[in-house]
Amino acid sequence: MAAVITAPPRAPEKRSRRRGGAAWARRLVFVIAGLYFLVPLYAAFRFAISTPDGGISGAVFAGIPAQEGFLDAITLTVRLAVISLVITLVLVVPTAVWVHLRMPRLRRVLEGVTLLPIVVPPVVLIIGVLEVAPPALKGTPDLLALVYVVLALPFAYRALDSGLQAIPLRTLVEASRSLGAGWGRTLVSVVLPNLRSALLAAVVLTVAMVFGEYTMASLDQYETFPVWIVVFQQANARVSVAVSLLALLGTWALLWLISLVDRRRPSPEDA
Amino acid sequence: MTTTDTGREYGTRTDPASGTRTGVAVALRDLNRRFGEVRALDGFSLDLAPGELVTLLGPSGCGKTTALRALAGLEDVDSGTVVVGGRDLRGVPVRQRDMGMVFQSYSLFPNLTARDNVAFGLRVRGQDKAARRRRADELLELVELAGRGDRYPHQLSGGQQQRVALARALAPEPQVLLLDEPLSALDAKVRVALREQIRAVQTRLGTTTLFVTHDQEEALSISDRVGVMRDGRLEQIASPAELYARPATAFVAEFVGTMNHLPGTTTADGVEVLGRRLPATTDRPAGAEVDVLLRPEALVVTPDPRGSGVVVATTFLGAVTRVHVRLGETQRSGARPGQGETQRSGARPGQGETQRSGARPGQGETTVLVDRPSSAVADLAPGAGVTVEPAPDAQPLVA
Repeated sequence: MAAVITAPPRAPEKRSRRRGGAAWARRLVFVIAGLYFLVPLYAAFRFAISTPDGGISGAVFAGIPAQEGFLDAITLTVRLAVISLVITLVLVVPTAVWVHLRMPRLRRVLEGVTLLPIVVPPVVLIIGVLEVAPPALKGTPDLLALVYVVLALPFAYRALDSGLQAIPLRTLVEASRSLGAGWGRTLVSVVLPNLRSALLAAVVLTVAMVFGEYTMASLDQYETFPVWIVVFQQANARVSVAVSLLALLGTWALLWLISLVDRRRPSPEDA
Repeated sequence: MTTTDTGREYGTRTDPASGTRTGVAVALRDLNRRFGEVRALDGFSLDLAPGELVTLLGPSGCGKTTALRALAGLEDVDSGTVVVGGRDLRGVPVRQRDMGMVFQSYSLFPNLTARDNVAFGLRVRGQDKAARRRRADELLELVELAGRGDRYPHQLSGGQQQRVALARALAPEPQVLLLDEPLSALDAKVRVALREQIRAVQTRLGTTTLFVTHDQEEALSISDRVGVMRDGRLEQIASPAELYARPATAFVAEFVGTMNHLPGTTTADGVEVLGRRLPATTDRPAGAEVDVLLRPEALVVTPDPRGSGVVVATTFLGAVTRVHVRLGETQRSGARPGQGETQRSGARPGQGETQRSGARPGQGETTVLVDRPSSAVADLAPGAGVTVEPAPDAQPLVA
């Protein structure tokens, strides 16, 4: 029995050792890819910290929060991210679970539908959203959140779909219900915890999308974080680049945190 | 041992410690369920006595799992009633049916430890943490997994996972226990050990249990009664011994245990097969050519250099050895068998597997299987000439 438990984790290790001869090739690819990403970053960093008189100063980073419009833009974007995330998850999670359980044949159709936002041009989308949006939302930046929900759909749905594929959903749900749990508890205590990776992926992709989306926001004339960076660049390119770098670091930190949380950890009973 | 079980005697069907929730009667009446053109349940009826373990046995697609899922409420039926403990369960959702279920595939919640899995049903019922932890540990002890409570499912072997699943199903003291091929994903040795454990636990708790399997050995070894299903209906339901000794139909006979098919002729009061007259019931007129079904142990093989049979193989099965004998058509005319090989190669008889041997009347040759004590097969090496006869007390079935 001990062998059964320990065997699976060992298998890949053995395989990689066998292919150890190709390690140098892997390293080469790694170095090239690393340079491809790091050189522009370094250039941007060097540009941001250089002063007009040829010196070097980190003051540009310290001054970011004080820049005109920065805090407003960040606040707006965070708010939009939270709203679109909540709406997306509330819409997509039960739908994806339901389709997997009850209408597996609809999976392909739904997949196609969720891809539409990528295919349809942004201008068309935003007109569509304006058409159906509640009047109270029109003219408010929150309307943008609805657009982002549409844009996040492909990413969020795909992440959840593959997560659902990876677990024996039907059996888990039936086991939970036969033990007396209702749909709500089954979803919260059984389905969601086992979709943790997929949910985190959906969260990251949605948040990253909102933090990087420029077209919709500028069309709608709201100064979200990406719009602010572009607008501000005309005033002060150095600060703009510094902010971009920080945004990138922030995203990395987020990803890293999530991969930490995502590791299989012995958790205490979640009661 | 467990606190709720100490006052209970083996074999009792009620539970004085916690009321009378265990051991209820179950009645499935005239269930019908169609999937398109397929009738998964076709007027299916079944009764389970309180505390009884009934197994539904049948080939895949015979409707046995549908029947179990209909009882669980996981499958809707087109018509028919399900009554458990006097209560009609029509329209009662799965979660209110109070049934414990063990699934074929591993169904433990991967995010919870073994203990939390077992305690899940109690948590749903609002038991406090200390009580459900105590009960979960009791049940883990019952399935001999005490001390493994903190393991996650992926840290347990398949057999251990199914034992935790059994404990989880039993934790809320369900009225009925449903086992949907719980052993089929396990390897043979674990399977045998676990089925005995399931039976022991079930006997002890006295929970009315419906077990579904396609493995006849499994069905025969642990059940009070076995129901053989075919095309959505019960072909026969009886105790394992009776099912084996007196199969009601040829289908049951072939599905349960091993059967030889031999050409025979009906007589006034029975059937003549391999040169011997045996009593048998048949609605065919005397003198008709019929297919006679005989168990391997109902045949006797005797070494005889001038006999009409030739040993083609022997298979050691433990206490008995199964002798494969090729008989020519010739047996009746008394000539030596021909050289043509018609024996199915690759058919290895093994325990727990249904097999069919022999051929329809009129075909050239017949291979029959005869069981003999393993201590008495030394002179039956492949190639040896033999005579095969029905035992005097053989009970043939005429198809």
